[in-house]
Amino acid sequence: MSPKTLYDKIWDAHVAHEAEDGTCLLYIDRHLVHEVTSPQAFEGLRMTGRTVRAPDKTIAVPDHNVPTTLDRANAETMTEDSRIQVAALDTNAKEFGLHYYPVTDVRQGIVHIVGPEQGWTLPGMTVVCGDSHTATHGAFGALAHGIGTSEVEHVLATQTLIQKKSKNMKVEITGKLAPGVTAKDITLSVIGATGTAGGTGYVIEYCGEAIRELSMEGRMTVCNMAIEGGARAGLIAPDEKTFEYCKGRPHAPKGAQWEAAMDWWKTLFSDDDAHWDKVITLKGEDIAPVVTWGTSPEDVLPITANVPAASDFKGGKVGAAQRSLDYMGLTAGTPLSEVEIDTVFIGSCTNGRIEDLRAAAAILKGRKIKEGLRAMIVPGSGLVRAQAEEEGLADIFKEAGFEWRLAGCSMCLAMNPDQLSPGERCAATSNRNFEGRQGRGGRTHLMSPAMAAAAAITGKLTDVRTMM
Amino acid sequence: MDKFDTLTGIAAPMPMINIDTDMIIPKQFLKTIKRSGLGVNLFDEMRYDDNGNEIPDFVLNKPQYRDAEILVAGDNFGCGSSREHAPWAIKDFGIRCVIAPSYADIFYNNCFKNGILPIALPQEQVDVLMKDAEKGANARMTIDLEAQTVTTSDGETFSFELDSFKKHCLMNGLDDIGLTMEKAAAIDSFETAVAQSRPWV
Repeated sequence: MSPKTLYDKIWDAHVAHEAEDGTCLLYIDRHLVHEVTSPQAFEGLRMTGRTVRAPDKTIAVPDHNVPTTLDRANAETMTEDSRIQVAALDTNAKEFGLHYYPVTDVRQGIVHIVGPEQGWTLPGMTVVCGDSHTATHGAFGALAHGIGTSEVEHVLATQTLIQKKSKNMKVEITGKLAPGVTAKDITLSVIGATGTAGGTGYVIEYCGEAIRELSMEGRMTVCNMAIEGGARAGLIAPDEKTFEYCKGRPHAPKGAQWEAAMDWWKTLFSDDDAHWDKVITLKGEDIAPVVTWGTSPEDVLPITANVPAASDFKGGKVGAAQRSLDYMGLTAGTPLSEVEIDTVFIGSCTNGRIEDLRAAAAILKGRKIKEGLRAMIVPGSGLVRAQAEEEGLADIFKEAGFEWRLAGCSMCLAMNPDQLSPGERCAATSNRNFEGRQGRGGRTHLMSPAMAAAAAITGKLTDVRTMM
Repeated sequence: MDKFDTLTGIAAPMPMINIDTDMIIPKQFLKTIKRSGLGVNLFDEMRYDDNGNEIPDFVLNKPQYRDAEILVAGDNFGCGSSREHAPWAIKDFGIRCVIAPSYADIFYNNCFKNGILPIALPQEQVDVLMKDAEKGANARMTIDLEAQTVTTSDGETFSFELDSFKKHCLMNGLDDIGLTMEKAAAIDSFETAVAQSRPWV
């Protein structure tokens, strides 16, 4: 048999039909659904008299619109249109018999955090969701990617997707990370190196010692932002850490089925002489704590650097960089560590897991946030919130001056009431720094939870290594 | 889905790279449960000021481009989220074709589900088309999907590549789900086989 990559193996195991031109029907093992990109798909089913083919493989949870304030049980905390959208998911989940975690369920949270937490996401699976950050689930060695609403409808109706295979790209992070450097710094640095279109047409497999050393939480952070590098999906081969994480989860297999699953999962790695269409290698030792300065996730620099000038770039990026600098209100040559912030947001499907909260708490313990700053921590799920409370992290956050919120997407995309005002500058652990992303005119700097915590204390973008 | 065969229309120039889905349709308009009516909010934050008044400098607010049916843009068009509201807004505005050097994957796929043709051409050719678009309303481009060509107002023609299945669906306005349902037997037998080999799924 010819050598295969991990992606090749998962792909081959899911082709239900292949046409002569190579167009495939890829079988989908798990379909995650949230309230924003699904109402039109369910409406489409109704209009055509179709139904959900595999409701037992379809998991729904509201996350984008839901308020994260403690009073969210009060319907007035949501706008009318948000209420309608959440109510539509409620109705659709019940009518079509989906697995459903409503806002009132302690297991509710961001769909990409709930899926792994509940054991829905397992190695070797195909996982899709009407959300680009579905890439997160690749951390389990699952082929996971975002789809549009028409494709959501297609998966609901047929449990398949019409696909052509992507190319294989290997991103290797060799060696060890220096203290203060995290999974977020890896994933941002990779995007900084490849650009936001560098992965277009590829599925990325992340590998190397620095990736192997990451926890499952860290691996999810890395894969989460594969989409920001343009890739269809990002994957990491499953290993003992993966199996350990999955074991005992509510929807993970048990007993003999677990053993059978393990037999297959242990074959899920790229063969030594597999073909790669593109290879990128970064040295773990060279990666610094980074922040973004502009309005594209590729605008990444070490915190020790200065704001660049538009003239530092080439081609179409010159104009884009100038537009970014104007939008961000930054002057070329300013040390990034002198940029003052107004808001800190710790959370999102990129960095809303327990390890992220521990990292933030380690910096915040015994310290106070800068006076006048708005700072919030939004756990990725109700269970993450409960665990953080049990571990005493919530007390550290509250004592430091952070708001301690309920679970949801929150200020990552600001569809709920958590938004930036025009000109407001935010240190955020989320995944996109696009213009207007966190609110019209809002200015976003992406970074790790530890870096965001450090920024909360000083009120400026800050090198976390000075606080460790 | 609407069929796409040929299109002759006004092309609006947007010489920016990385035009993301948050620019195309900001999140406050994702709260709809319908597919229609988003055209008025296409490029909302670039198109209107804080009071909702049109910003005259924005290309689609200029008299010569208000009826544009083609958009010429920079690299990595449609990057960002999976929101199909982006192509819905583009289509609802009246744009049926986007021309750029490259696209983000999910946006590209979403276009075909909505009767929009995203054409990828080398940067040098997009530069020529951008200049042509900058001439305004009197310069109309022609797209011929069957022949896979774009022709400028001066008659210069460029050929573009396209997946044959996507082309077939777009030209005939085919519904993907209907096509896949015809292969239900293959899906059934795949499911039966997997129930044996990977019962935990």
